Amino acid sequence: MSDAALPEPTLLARSLRVLSGNRTGAIGVVLVALIVGSALLAPWIVPYDPAAIMVGPRMAPPSADHWLGTDNIGRDIFSRVIAGGRIAMLVAAASLSAALTAGLALGLIAGLGPRWLDNLLLLVLDAVRSFPVIVFGLAVDTIIGPSLFTVVLVVTITSVPIYARIVRTQTLALKNAEFILAERAMGVGMPRLLFVHVLPNVLGPLLILASMDVPLVIATEAGLSFLGMGVRPPTPSWGVILNDGYNFIRNSPWPVIGGSVPIILVTLGFTFMGEALRDIFDPKLRKGG
Amino acid sequence: MLFYTAQRLVLSVVIVMVAVSILTLMLHVVPGDPAVMILGPRATPELIERTREAMGLDRPLPVQILMFFANILRGDLGEDVFTGRAVSQIVFEQLPYTMILISVAILWSAACGIALGAYSALRRNTWLDTLSGVVSVGTISIPAFVMALYSVLIFAVWLGWLPAIGAGDGFLDGIVHLILPAFAIGVAWVGYIARIVRASMLEVMTQPHVRMARAFGLPDRRITRSHILKIAVLPAVTLIGTGVAHLFSAAVFVEVIFARPGIGALLVGAVNERNYPIVLGAVLITTCIIVLATLISDLVVALLDPRQREDI
Repeated sequence: MSDAALPEPTLLARSLRVLSGNRTGAIGVVLVALIVGSALLAPWIVPYDPAAIMVGPRMAPPSADHWLGTDNIGRDIFSRVIAGGRIAMLVAAASLSAALTAGLALGLIAGLGPRWLDNLLLLVLDAVRSFPVIVFGLAVDTIIGPSLFTVVLVVTITSVPIYARIVRTQTLALKNAEFILAERAMGVGMPRLLFVHVLPNVLGPLLILASMDVPLVIATEAGLSFLGMGVRPPTPSWGVILNDGYNFIRNSPWPVIGGSVPIILVTLGFTFMGEALRDIFDPKLRKGG
Repeated sequence: MLFYTAQRLVLSVVIVMVAVSILTLMLHVVPGDPAVMILGPRATPELIERTREAMGLDRPLPVQILMFFANILRGDLGEDVFTGRAVSQIVFEQLPYTMILISVAILWSAACGIALGAYSALRRNTWLDTLSGVVSVGTISIPAFVMALYSVLIFAVWLGWLPAIGAGDGFLDGIVHLILPAFAIGVAWVGYIARIVRASMLEVMTQPHVRMARAFGLPDRRITRSHILKIAVLPAVTLIGTGVAHLFSAAVFVEVIFARPGIGALLVGAVNERNYPIVLGAVLITTCIIVLATLISDLVVALLDPRQREDI
């Protein structure tokens, strides 16, 4: 192939080219920037205190004062949605970074450790994966009670198996790669092998997967909070807003609409962005058809 | 094939056992007396003592887990701490509602998804193909519980076409009450299945055995049906098999939102009462069903795909 002779384009150049030719990728990046930005700036951009009651009439439709209307006790839905985004992003960031770290560690141990340990870990990971996330979350809730921490814990535990498996597969493949064998023959130590050769090769696919998992995490948080088993009222979470909306669904549709639209936008945004990331980092993975 | 089946069966049993051990261990990892934790702050000392004895909490942990396994093998999942009824009885009373709900949901969505995916693959780049692509992405990005809320809002509150509460009385009423919940769970699956069937059909269509069939002059319809579609649906079978866990998660929300009986509603109620024996029993049964579904889907794929059958 003559491609090998061409100079490798820089990452930035490749990113820009993929994004300019990929409309959904660009939409994804814009949506993610919008949501992450509003979550970071939430305390400064909310028009009302998200927990303050009776800042307007009860269950009012959208107006110039209340962009998404008000809920059953007169709280401003728009402010609550923005503040809920902060909770959602917090849960996603905390649980995904914990899951990535644990997955990396377990995957490396399984890939590089002795055979029996590998088999044991695989068995435990498969067992954890066979729990439905919400059902497992409910079981954990029974024991330690509902809280923001419970949600993070549940999401972390249920996400670890997928990451650990990917790291394990990549590590096993690398373990016998020629350049690793050569390094080992030259007397390079394990830490250097891990941090210089194995980690960078494993991290790429892992981060792409994590980006595509953000919507799942957010749906889990919202779902558990909706059931009253996650973030507790009065903390505004999208799930809590949806639960309020469900209880008064016959009186006003706005809490349900306000609480659900951001979930849908987050899902679209991170999915599109994840697909674009995959194209940028690993064109081989791109699916035809 | 027989060896493969036996091997997978043993592995499945081991996975369920590990899963149960994890659930039992969880009770003991957190500080505090499990009996007090299960019964909540309002429990009397006598009740705590009775529970501790009934659950074998006074014995060493490995013995407890072994006892629990021995009881499971006898079909005994323990007793409800509040009513004293057998947990297995309570769980199996609710199970049929959930199984009917998720079966109907996955059946209608598989039928629509396969048809849509096959049509999109055969008529690539037509308006229906584009539309099905857009609708797939759209529906996949809506979580089941949000879909359930919108189903209630649109079809029950605004249009008033369908009931939104309960499971109905009698057969016909039951079906009418099943429509919205099954719709809410299944919609996203139509998109998933359509996308995966479309991609795999496009792949199978370029394979040598299809060209061969064409060279033999077999009619197009027959090639599509028995040489392309039969293999192209296999990834969808695997997807559904591994997706049963998601179906159960969705069922929890849908049963709560539509106030239907079922495992999900039982679980949520039990969690609110902190009734751990029921939670444990319900999780155990769902885990068994999920592991079994994965096993069955793998075996079905192995049976239907001659290429995979030779490997095993």
